[in-house]
Amino acid sequence: MSITQILFWFLSVVALFSALMVISSKNPIYSVLWLIVTFFSISGHYILLNAQFLAIVNIIVYAGAIMVLFLFVIMLMNLNKETEPPKNRWLKMAGAVAGGCLLLVLVAALKDTDIKQQHALVNEGNIGLIKNLGKELFTTYVVPFEISSILFLSAMVGAVVIGKKE
Amino acid sequence: MPINYYIFLSIALFAIGIVGVLTRRNAIIIFMCIELMLNAVNLLLVAFSKMHHLNNAVADVTAGTDGQLFVFFIMVVAAAEVSVGLAIIVMMYRNIHSVDVNFLNRLKH
Repeated sequence: MSITQILFWFLSVVALFSALMVISSKNPIYSVLWLIVTFFSISGHYILLNAQFLAIVNIIVYAGAIMVLFLFVIMLMNLNKETEPPKNRWLKMAGAVAGGCLLLVLVAALKDTDIKQQHALVNEGNIGLIKNLGKELFTTYVVPFEISSILFLSAMVGAVVIGKKE
Repeated sequence: MPINYYIFLSIALFAIGIVGVLTRRNAIIIFMCIELMLNAVNLLLVAFSKMHHLNNAVADVTAGTDGQLFVFFIMVVAAAEVSVGLAIIVMMYRNIHSVDVNFLNRLKH
């Protein structure tokens, strides 16, 4: 078992465990912190796949900006274990069964496909480096890039308008 | 690394996100589970981009770049979505003093 495989399994276990903790923690703050752990392990997967630009962007944007926003909102509302809405046991069970059925169907459908022989290139390849991605982003994908800046502007205006006290 | 490991990992993360959306009643946690599902899809896109690169690297040295750029754009859209969504949740909390989505089943008041 090479170091890459050990890292893959370790990061997968961490991602799945922390994702389970996100949905099972009573306290919303713990949920946010576990979600940050999940994002870090997914970033580790990106580094393993040599997609270093996406790994850094994932840490900066998701674990940095978005999760801090979530934490701010939770602390602003003073949510904790006591204010957490009580959960219906049957609803919980029905949700788990529905999600489990989805998992079962997807796994059963993809278990014996031809794609099983394919491999993902780990540790090598330089398409994930910033030089290649930047060149492609500013030549082929320059129009979507500019449109996304307009999207950000409108999201910013929308957030201010919605959040304003009237 | 075989691609089906990545497929199954992403499916598991996605299913965990679905279960979270279906079982939790706190609007912020539901929102976080949606982020989890987006990240599962991002991971799968990156894995498929590297698979495509492995298969087509001889013909085209930059094969598979598109998948990683899609992930970048998904992150852009997710950031915009989070800012607007959290503003909506804050406004909802200001009006009904709760983040329980069951209080939203009637949109009148």
